[in-house]
Amino acid sequence: MAGFEFLLQQLVTGIANGMLITLIAIGYTLVYGIIEMINFAHGDVFMLGAFSALTFLQLVGAQAVRRVRNVDQAPSPETYLWLVLAMILAMVFCAALNVMIERFAYRRLRRGGRMAPLISAIGVSFMLQNVGLYWKGASPVNFPRFIPQIDLVKEIGIDSFVRFTTKDLFVIVVTVPLVIALTVFIQRTKLGKAMRATAQDRDAAQLMGIDINRTIALTFLLGGALAGAAGLVSGLYNNTANFQMGFSYGLNSFTAAVLGGIGNLNGAMLGGVFIGVLAALSDGYIDPRWTPVVIFGTLNLVLILRPTGILGQESAERA
Amino acid sequence: MSQTLAPALPTASRQPNFGTLARNLFIAVVLTYPFLDLAFGWQALLAFIPMMLMITLAMGLNIVVGYAGLLDLGYAAFYAIGAYAAAFFTSPVSPLNAILPDSPFFWMQDFWVAMLLAVLVAGLAGALLGAPTLRLRGDYLALVTLGFGEIVPRLVKNLEPWTKGVKGMNPIGRPYLFDCTFGVDPCTIFGTQYKLGMIPYYYVTLAIGALSIFLIIRLRNSRLGRAWAAIRDDEIAAQGMGVNPVTTKLWAFALGASFSGATGAIFGAYLQTISPDQFEYSTSVIVLCMVILGGTGNVWGVMFGGLLIQSFDRIFAERLTGWVHKFGAATGVPAVATLLSNFDLLRSRLFIFGLCLVLLMALRPQGLLPARKRRESALIDETEEEANARHDAAVAQAGGPQ
Repeated sequence: MAGFEFLLQQLVTGIANGMLITLIAIGYTLVYGIIEMINFAHGDVFMLGAFSALTFLQLVGAQAVRRVRNVDQAPSPETYLWLVLAMILAMVFCAALNVMIERFAYRRLRRGGRMAPLISAIGVSFMLQNVGLYWKGASPVNFPRFIPQIDLVKEIGIDSFVRFTTKDLFVIVVTVPLVIALTVFIQRTKLGKAMRATAQDRDAAQLMGIDINRTIALTFLLGGALAGAAGLVSGLYNNTANFQMGFSYGLNSFTAAVLGGIGNLNGAMLGGVFIGVLAALSDGYIDPRWTPVVIFGTLNLVLILRPTGILGQESAERA
Repeated sequence: MSQTLAPALPTASRQPNFGTLARNLFIAVVLTYPFLDLAFGWQALLAFIPMMLMITLAMGLNIVVGYAGLLDLGYAAFYAIGAYAAAFFTSPVSPLNAILPDSPFFWMQDFWVAMLLAVLVAGLAGALLGAPTLRLRGDYLALVTLGFGEIVPRLVKNLEPWTKGVKGMNPIGRPYLFDCTFGVDPCTIFGTQYKLGMIPYYYVTLAIGALSIFLIIRLRNSRLGRAWAAIRDDEIAAQGMGVNPVTTKLWAFALGASFSGATGAIFGAYLQTISPDQFEYSTSVIVLCMVILGGTGNVWGVMFGGLLIQSFDRIFAERLTGWVHKFGAATGVPAVATLLSNFDLLRSRLFIFGLCLVLLMALRPQGLLPARKRRESALIDETEEEANARHDAAVAQAGGPQ
């Protein structure tokens, strides 16, 4: 494989992974933007999203959802229906879970400094991990192949070692519309306006008649829904899930959110893709064992050298 | 008049109050525990040694979190650095072992020297991490420490030629006293041979724990300790009063880390093997849990919280699970027996610790035994009030002023 093609291949993998990271990073950035809190449990919500989708797909069974036996076999049409249902279920589940977490673990700590909510969130994260451990056990579970892996580059007749498969396409096809929908929601709707107002100045927003509690709950709902979608997509993309994946994915996503400028939607996207590509390059050129060190090293460097992130100027519009 | 006032002052000496009694009893039990354990067959000595080490660790973290108010989510990294530093100097599998014995630095292979070096190395690592990060805001600092806590075990895993990777380093040099090498039977003390088992480790751990408590209380009352409290309560005001926030916080990081260095060295020697998975994020959070549960900033609170969590983690979770299983079997109903045999507290420990943190933050963020901060800041008023109250009580007890 030529050097350039290898680089291109890592970029493709990195971008697909980066889109996933983006979906989770948005949850961190939305919550941070509105209540300045690091929702440490967000990664574990994502993990439970993957588990709920998997449980649903296992429940409806093989007759409804046909696994792809060969990697290049096209799935039957009803498969898509079930996958859409599974995604809606995972999104609803995670949204409800996230709202409940906010209600019971964070709301009463809102006025009490930064540390108390962070510690509470660490506690919630531990609890969710334990739920995951009971749900699917300690070893990684197999997420069946429902999405074929057809190399589109070969399909259009270019002979190259670079593979851009239907799986990569699937990640992008799911994540991009979700991100666009969220942006439109925040920029164009009245509720989105309420969110932006609350993020800017909570007290002033309250004086304007915005229900702060509902707006913050809505933020958690949106973040949770995206995490749920990410859970299903990651399951279908990586074909594996385990109860600890929330921690690593969560940290990667948080790094992405901070890198882009926490509280900034575009920043989360930029950071997500950047971290995805960085991880893929590190996997390809250094060693997968060193990738976490590279990612956490990046996190620390960004936090130390430029805590506001790439796009996080003071004047930047916060989501 | 003088007769009525007499009982007001030395009440404690006349009737030993319950607190002193309990404290003396506690100290007596702790001092004689290994023999009680042998006499009654509790078989918990091996659980108590790591337990006390973890409590000492929590005391060190308390300097950073409780005194200086800096949330550290990667404390296990310093623990790892301490343990690996000691192993580096003393272990036969360490790369240093090839050069050290024949070099003029052969004395570094002595366990006690290695432990002191581990303290220094860990303290230095604390200062090195602290230096660039201390101007960060609280939650960002927490994440930097978390990142550091993730990087260190992975470095240990990946740098296989030096650290033996996931296999870990073993054996590790043992501490010794007189002619007695710990954990190796029989032990010769002044020409007599004894079978001591792990008992020497118990007393060394106890001594290090007691020394840590002493040092930490002295630190807490020192100029530096008061500077920590000032920084924690109001950084800007403290700076205005001439406290240098950077050096003050740096000292907190370095001293907090150095306590974990000593603990790590003993821990490695006690287990005789160390591997990177002992120092992961969950270790950091459990130690943090101990500090927060007991009461951040209060040495006795941290000890209490540590005792609670560690005795649950190392003794009661397992035994309770066993009891529940036995109870299920004893009922004779197969359905109940199978239901109860699925009960496993050890598997739910993360859930329980997490719930602990959430409930504490919601209900009692200052911990079970909070530091008496208010009293210290209003020292004069409170003691005066107390004196008046005690005087009134004494007067009432004596039948009122004649």
